[in-house]
Amino acid sequence: MPIRFNRRTFLAGTAAGTAAAAFGMPAIAQGAPFKIGLLTVKTGPLAQGGIQMEQGIATLLKQKNNTLAGRKIEFISADTGGNPAGAKTKAQELIERDKVNVILGPLAAFELLAITDYVRDNTTPLISLAAAEDVTQRKANPYVIRPSATSAQCCQPMGDYAARELKYKRAATISEDFAFGYEQMAGFQRVFEDNGGKVVKKLWPPLVTPDYTPYIAQIGNVDCVFNGFAGSNPVKFMRAYQDLGLKAKIPLLAGWTAMDDALLKSLGDEAVGVISAHWYSADGQSASNKQFVADMQKDYGVLPGGYSAGMYIAGQCVEAAIQKLDTKSDDHKAFAEALHQVSLTDTPRGPVQFDHFGNVVGDVFIRKCERKDGKLVNTIIKTYPKVSQFWTYPEKAFLADPVYSRDYPPAKNLE
Amino acid sequence: MSQYLTLAVNSIAYGGLLFLLSAGFSLIFGLMRIPNLMHGSFFMLGAYFGVSLLARGVNFWVAALASAAAMAVIGAVIERLLLRRLAGQELAQVLATLGLSFVVADLCLMVWTGDPWQPATPPHLQGAVQVAGLFFPFFRLVIVGVAVVIAIALWVMVDWTRLGAMIRAGVDDAPIARVVGIKVSQLFTLIFALGAGLAAFGGVVGAPYLSVYPGLDGEMLPLALIVVILGGTGSLLGALIGSFVIGFLYNFGQALFPDLAYVILFLPMVVVLVLRPQGLFGRVVP
Repeated sequence: MPIRFNRRTFLAGTAAGTAAAAFGMPAIAQGAPFKIGLLTVKTGPLAQGGIQMEQGIATLLKQKNNTLAGRKIEFISADTGGNPAGAKTKAQELIERDKVNVILGPLAAFELLAITDYVRDNTTPLISLAAAEDVTQRKANPYVIRPSATSAQCCQPMGDYAARELKYKRAATISEDFAFGYEQMAGFQRVFEDNGGKVVKKLWPPLVTPDYTPYIAQIGNVDCVFNGFAGSNPVKFMRAYQDLGLKAKIPLLAGWTAMDDALLKSLGDEAVGVISAHWYSADGQSASNKQFVADMQKDYGVLPGGYSAGMYIAGQCVEAAIQKLDTKSDDHKAFAEALHQVSLTDTPRGPVQFDHFGNVVGDVFIRKCERKDGKLVNTIIKTYPKVSQFWTYPEKAFLADPVYSRDYPPAKNLE
Repeated sequence: MSQYLTLAVNSIAYGGLLFLLSAGFSLIFGLMRIPNLMHGSFFMLGAYFGVSLLARGVNFWVAALASAAAMAVIGAVIERLLLRRLAGQELAQVLATLGLSFVVADLCLMVWTGDPWQPATPPHLQGAVQVAGLFFPFFRLVIVGVAVVIAIALWVMVDWTRLGAMIRAGVDDAPIARVVGIKVSQLFTLIFALGAGLAAFGGVVGAPYLSVYPGLDGEMLPLALIVVILGGTGSLLGALIGSFVIGFLYNFGQALFPDLAYVILFLPMVVVLVLRPQGLFGRVVP
């Protein structure tokens, strides 16, 4: 039956919704499934990560026989096409038509920014993969938690590692000319410079750049290059970096999207030796990770990376919240609060808990890419335990500063 | 200094790749007047064919030629079954080719997934040229060589062979050409197949350098458009010069004025459209 709206049913629906909200959502009959909606990207240039997201949550649901904490799950996947307008439309479909209990995703920061107000207004809990800093900082949304990481959450430890352990003094940064790139580079720059380093060059190629040579040619006399590319761009960038002879001269550092384990199969010798910071490692030794990696390889023949692990962990958070609330899981507000209090000891990334803004506090791994038995692997060389989105800075002071951007913190050492 | 030298050499290399992409587009647009918006798809699909063959251990040049041949057949089928029916209707041609490009993009996503593919540079073409502090990958110079060889071959074909004469006759006045016994329809199918094949060849040759991923089609199409608009439609010399001009504008624009990279790329196109709509080397069609 096609769904028709006219003003009367719409008003009645709104009235019922208001009444329900006023009295607190009544617990729906036990038999009704708990609905999880996934906002992912299955078409267009961002599809690579989006398909992995769906594989991640599908793996969890298969392991749990489609039942989380005793509650039957109904899983609905929506393809946003990887753009803000599509994310908004699909979020509306999931919330208003499918009446989902929780949304997982979306993938990209600009998609998250397009729907954050909407999910709050519609009191629907959302477990994000996307990184946009302020959604768990200055504009914190009580309905959103993020078990993956903010843009800078891995880059801040990377800056620390580059300055203090690798003893690099001069760095160049290069990343796409968009928010995720700005926030990553800003986090690296801040910590690197606070520990005595200098970022002397910041390069911003457009999101669509067929050839990186013009940018790579500008990298001058530096000790290291930090790149924050995402999607398919790191593959192109690293090949050009090697082809132009820089790989042998200047070590390359990377953010999590640039050296994600799922990307390794697309990379060759150009990736060997690259040091990256990631909140997840397929090499992780937790029991759930071993099972997760084995199932991903069995069902999809792939090594999982952050996109699939992020959604697997999101599913674990849903399970923990249902366990806690039991029959009250259908109350969206209570569910969002329960999500904030989730504390897991065994996830593919290790222990997971959330700060009061709903952002994860978890380990960050520094990895070095090596070739073992002919295959590329990211070997963990250092673990930063329980990294917060604020790194070691006091929360209040951190939030008093402007959000990370292309111009903040200001780059004072450019040459 | 060496930065500018690297940029200059890379401009030429990039121009070579752009020529492989846009030569076919120029032929199709100039000779058949079909604004083929799936040219980027030919490039991408060809590149995917190529990487699949390379993954099975096929020789690099064999893979490129095989992919070009396969794409030529697909191009011929599309021309014969679809575009032939839309002859003279430019709007319908634009919409049909654009729609097909979306179909191709989604089919590629289903078959080759969203993961980027980047074949290794063929072993005998690896390494770099080092002259006076300049370090430049040898493979990219090979691309320039290939582009020049293809440019000469196309020029000889169009300007010096009987086939070329027939094509030119068909383009200038199709009814009269038919009267004197030239099978114009078959020629057009041939041109379209050739254009598709060239794009696919460029896709494979460019794959170790650009890699292949969803969205590559949409990145390459505007480049083919500006090359051909700048150089003049239907003019091979125009496509060749246009490719190198765009190669230089792209490289130096992005390095010197990164914030204006796209302005620098597209501004010349706008200027040419206003002052010399037929392009630098295009003919004025009576």
